[in-house]
Amino acid sequence: MSQNKISTDKLNLYYGDNHILKDITIGIRAKAVTALIGPSGCGKSTFLKSLNRMNDLIDGVRIEGTVYLDGKDIYGPQVDVTRLRKRVGMVFQQPNPFPMSIYDNIAYGPKVHGVKSKERLDEIVEQSLRQAAVWEEVENQLRKPALGLSGGQKQRLCIARALAVEPEVLLMDEPTSALDPASTLKVEELINRLKRKYTIIIVTHNMQQAVRVSDDTAFFLLGEMVECGTTDRLFARPTDRRTKEYITGKFG
Amino acid sequence: MMRKLKDDVLLCLIYLAAFLAEFLLIGILAYVFVRGFPHISWHFLTTVTSILEGTVGIAGNIVNTIYMVVLTLAIAVPVGIGSAIYLNEYARPGKVVRLIEFTTQTLSGIPSIIFGLFGMVFFGVTLGLGYSILTGALTLSLMVLPLITRNTQEALKAVPESYRNGAVGMGAGKWYMIRTILLPSAMPGIVTGIILAVGRILGESAALLFTAGSGYFLPRSFGGWFHKLVESGGTLTIQLYLSMEKAQYDTAFGIAVVLLGMVLCLNLVTRVMVSRFEMPKYTDAGGR
Ligand SMILES: Nc1ncnc2c1ncn2[C@@H]1O[C@H](COP(=O)(O)OP(=O)(O)OP(=O)(O)O)[C@@H](O)[C@H]1O
Ligand SMILES: [Mg+2]
Repeated sequence: MSQNKISTDKLNLYYGDNHILKDITIGIRAKAVTALIGPSGCGKSTFLKSLNRMNDLIDGVRIEGTVYLDGKDIYGPQVDVTRLRKRVGMVFQQPNPFPMSIYDNIAYGPKVHGVKSKERLDEIVEQSLRQAAVWEEVENQLRKPALGLSGGQKQRLCIARALAVEPEVLLMDEPTSALDPASTLKVEELINRLKRKYTIIIVTHNMQQAVRVSDDTAFFLLGEMVECGTTDRLFARPTDRRTKEYITGKFG
Repeated sequence: MMRKLKDDVLLCLIYLAAFLAEFLLIGILAYVFVRGFPHISWHFLTTVTSILEGTVGIAGNIVNTIYMVVLTLAIAVPVGIGSAIYLNEYARPGKVVRLIEFTTQTLSGIPSIIFGLFGMVFFGVTLGLGYSILTGALTLSLMVLPLITRNTQEALKAVPESYRNGAVGMGAGKWYMIRTILLPSAMPGIVTGIILAVGRILGESAALLFTAGSGYFLPRSFGGWFHKLVESGGTLTIQLYLSMEKAQYDTAFGIAVVLLGMVLCLNLVTRVMVSRFEMPKYTDAGGR
């Protein structure tokens, strides 16, 4: 378990009376890409959000079990949620840049965490945009509103924004589902490069995408984690009948 | 053929109605301007009425108006924005919030004379503030509070949920997120509410007559500018009302022109401010 960046132990989550996540026990390898697949409504996003406590914002959520980040319970009493969310960043399905300049978007996170010096911020902005492979496209318009970018650029901007606080883990909830094929390809290439430095968990509805970008895959169904393993193995020789049916497109 | 004729006739009627409405409005403005402008002079604007010398001036009323606007906003804007933020971002949605929202809406439909009655009795008598600019401003604050709260709330509701998630997901605390993301995005709506409030303050007479009274003097010493807050002071609209009562129509039209000028300026300033704050609107920022 020592090489696991994140692991959960019998994680259960309820929205009011609805039991959404059921006894999820899983280990996520460090500096690898883990794909979460499964039909709509099976709890992938909910699971993802429970890893940086974004569910805290929703009324009526109850969580049982434990989530470990580097072996420490993130729901423990000593945990500083701000610190946690700095370490575990998130990229959403719909690109959601703030209505401010490209520069200010990237600088937002570092400012939250107390970076004040202009030089340092300049540095972070350039570095993050380079890492997210949008620097060339935006370097001459850093002061322009981020909302004016194309969908694909926006999403890479949001990835850059998440990277700017130097997270250890990146949670991505269907990051390419709102993008065209060319932009999707760029984001996938990006993920492949980023995994050298970051632990990445990506939710996707696209089997080919899971195969292309991920090292490990976990299959969710009706709130349960049915099967997980290396992507090559899971797609070649699924052990569970339901996994096999899902990846061969029998339902979904 | 018949149909074409019918369409044409209808179109003519619509044009006529539009023309009439425009014409009436411009006509009224022009009339007020023509009647009032000749009576505006440097003397009229910079002195106060003197019975001894038999001159008329509205400097005191202009100062009172500025006091009234600034003081009322100073009270109502923080409270209004604060309560909108509370209702929208902190309070749990439910019966209580809906009740407060309903009350706020109702409050904005109450005739202003009732605010005047309450203000006079409560602020003037019970709190002992008497006829004063302070009493008037407190009364008007109650009156414009719903405007500011509602406009701010609507603006906050229009901020996409995805902005909140983005900020909070990065570790921003709630208040930090509100300050850096919500309030700037909601600024055009907030400014609109404030401008509407200023419009009401400028135009108000019923709620002020028995709260702020009709004093029209300028302060005579430095301390007087502060003491003014607890003295009676009539705004331009009050003075206009009193002039009409005394059949001093020249003065009345003069004041009317000054008021119209203020409202016009206000509208221009608003436009500039709102367009400054406005971010380009692209639709795919993500829904709630
Ligand atoms: N805020 C909420 N309140 C109550 N129930 C919710 C809430 N969010 C999600 N759910 C429920 O939790 C279940 C899992 O939702 P979740 O969004 O995690 O699914 P998902 O696997 O991400 O689906 P998709 O692939 O469509 O994004 C669904 O049944 C959904 O109705
Ligand atoms: Mg989802």
